[in-house]
Amino acid sequence: MGFLASVGLNDFVITLMFVNAILAMSIYLTLYGGMFSLANAGFMAIGSYVSVILTQNHDWPFLPAILAGMVAAGLIAIPIGLPVLRLRDIYLAIATIGFVEITRIVILNFDKIVDEVYTRLHMTSEPPKITNGPLGITGIPVQTKLEHLVIAVIILAYFMMRMHRSRFGRALAAIRQDENVAASQGINVVYYKNVAFVLGAMMAGLGGGFSGHLSRIIQPGSYGFGTAVDILAYSVLGGISSWYGPILGGLALTALPEVLRPLKEYTGLINGIVLLIFIAYLPGGLGDPALWRSARKSASRISNFITKGKTADAGA
Amino acid sequence: MPVSIDFPISKLKSFGVTALVLIGIGLLAYELPDILGKQVLNPEQHVTTVIWTGSVYSLFALGYALVFSILGVLNLSHSAVFMWGGYIGVMSVIRYDIPIYYTLPLAMLGGGLIGVAVDLVAFAPLRRRNAPRISQLISSLGASAVLVSLAQLEFGTSPERFPRTELKKLPYEATKAREYTVNSLGLDFRITPLQIAIIVIAFALMFLLQYLVARTRTGKAMRVVAFNQKVAGLLSISVGGIFRLTFFLAGALAGAAGVLYALAYPSLTPFTGDEMALKGLTVIVLGGLGSIRGAVLGGILVAAFEVYATAIGYSWLKDALPFVALFLILLFRPQGLLGEANVKRA
Repeated sequence: MGFLASVGLNDFVITLMFVNAILAMSIYLTLYGGMFSLANAGFMAIGSYVSVILTQNHDWPFLPAILAGMVAAGLIAIPIGLPVLRLRDIYLAIATIGFVEITRIVILNFDKIVDEVYTRLHMTSEPPKITNGPLGITGIPVQTKLEHLVIAVIILAYFMMRMHRSRFGRALAAIRQDENVAASQGINVVYYKNVAFVLGAMMAGLGGGFSGHLSRIIQPGSYGFGTAVDILAYSVLGGISSWYGPILGGLALTALPEVLRPLKEYTGLINGIVLLIFIAYLPGGLGDPALWRSARKSASRISNFITKGKTADAGA
Repeated sequence: MPVSIDFPISKLKSFGVTALVLIGIGLLAYELPDILGKQVLNPEQHVTTVIWTGSVYSLFALGYALVFSILGVLNLSHSAVFMWGGYIGVMSVIRYDIPIYYTLPLAMLGGGLIGVAVDLVAFAPLRRRNAPRISQLISSLGASAVLVSLAQLEFGTSPERFPRTELKKLPYEATKAREYTVNSLGLDFRITPLQIAIIVIAFALMFLLQYLVARTRTGKAMRVVAFNQKVAGLLSISVGGIFRLTFFLAGALAGAAGVLYALAYPSLTPFTGDEMALKGLTVIVLGGLGSIRGAVLGGILVAAFEVYATAIGYSWLKDALPFVALFLILLFRPQGLLGEANVKRA
């Protein structure tokens, strides 16, 4: 760890890298099914708030609380996904952005809503402070450990790896290619899309729970449109052509600004430029097997050039 | 067809819907007290506020509608151009002592140029590759992130505003609220000359755009490109040129909206754009993606949601209501209030 710390990757950053890898995988699942959903920031917020409230206000142990946050995100995803997934590309994107904002606003005003309900029902007891408005919940002890995350990432990665060759994965791939053709092949499009959406939401909830117990403080402001874009950036950087792409993307894009510490204030700029470059010139992302093949080819060409003084192509 | 030739029937229908919605907004102002059993102050005032904030929203959202109707893509960096337009206006006054009158054309020019730059960087490479629409959405997000963080680096994150001393120099004491009473109708509202100017400028620009698209040769070329790019090429219309023109116009609208916004609200930060982005998306979805008239109607509607939510004492609902409306309209009428049904698209 000495070397990593020397380039700016301290324990906190490494843990954060794995959290973001989980978030990147969560959006990968919907993208793999051809659904452009940005809802994951909202599910992350739900997972985060539910798990933190459980550990802080109700003295739940860490792991059950995290799992509860994950389940809560999944449960909320079901009624959201059923109507929303009927929409396609741009319309789906706008609707899910709307969902993220509604989630953020509801969390922001949750105490006021509870208050309103109490007055309407003429309850005499003092309404509880749950989400604490814009200030958020502070002083959360750090309970997320790197081991938890590594185990979670390995389990999820195994799931992803197996998914590609499973009935579920193939159905999603077919839906991505053409929904109508997939339906005509007897694939239950609505079912598979919703399952992918709910599973993605659960992963986002898991990531949110971990991040909530890592950053000591959670505020509704940190789960908005910007976070949705960040999550998207991880998986675009990693590419959706392979199961390890999003993991790579999440790790790399979190580490990048830390390694380039003098450029810390340029984080947003770097994220944006990375998005632009990758989407325009490397649409397969970091995890694209074709990219690695061509990289190997050019590497061998360079080494040939150095040792033999001529290019491999010219020699052949 | 986004900017389709208007058949009389559809025109009639869209006028009908618009009229219904506007009358509804007006009536609601008077009916709210009865419905809620709460005292609501001065209904005319709310209608006035709806109109002037709505005009800024509409102007801003028109840029989305324009780009969507010609290129069929959603330019999510539009909000960042809007924010830059606001900064160009405010900063040219603060740093270079340029009179406020000139900030509007300056910001429109600047916004237009930024729009063209966004096209060159984020859209043109993808068009060449024939990338799916989603990729263009992502790259416009990237462009937006770049523009926002550039603004953050250049201007910092503390809110900026037009200096009060400069605003005071405007004629007619523009920032001072006047009471207007129309006795015969029993109307009574306050509005500042500046707000009147905002309404006039916004609607003038919107009519100009509508005229340009619907009545001029250039507008016809734009509609041909929207209809079919290959056909446009065969007719020796410069498709790339039309795209750049579209982005320039959209950027100029964003720039103008940015200045008007900065004149209306004394707080401009690099993140102002993000807040407006979501409102703007709601506006165009409500009105119908790619429809110019729809954008105007949507802007008024979103403003109405906000104003009435505040008026009835639930200011926290103010931000949520437009999104709830967005959600519902996407689920039940994805083509928007004024849009034509197009089964394939949604």
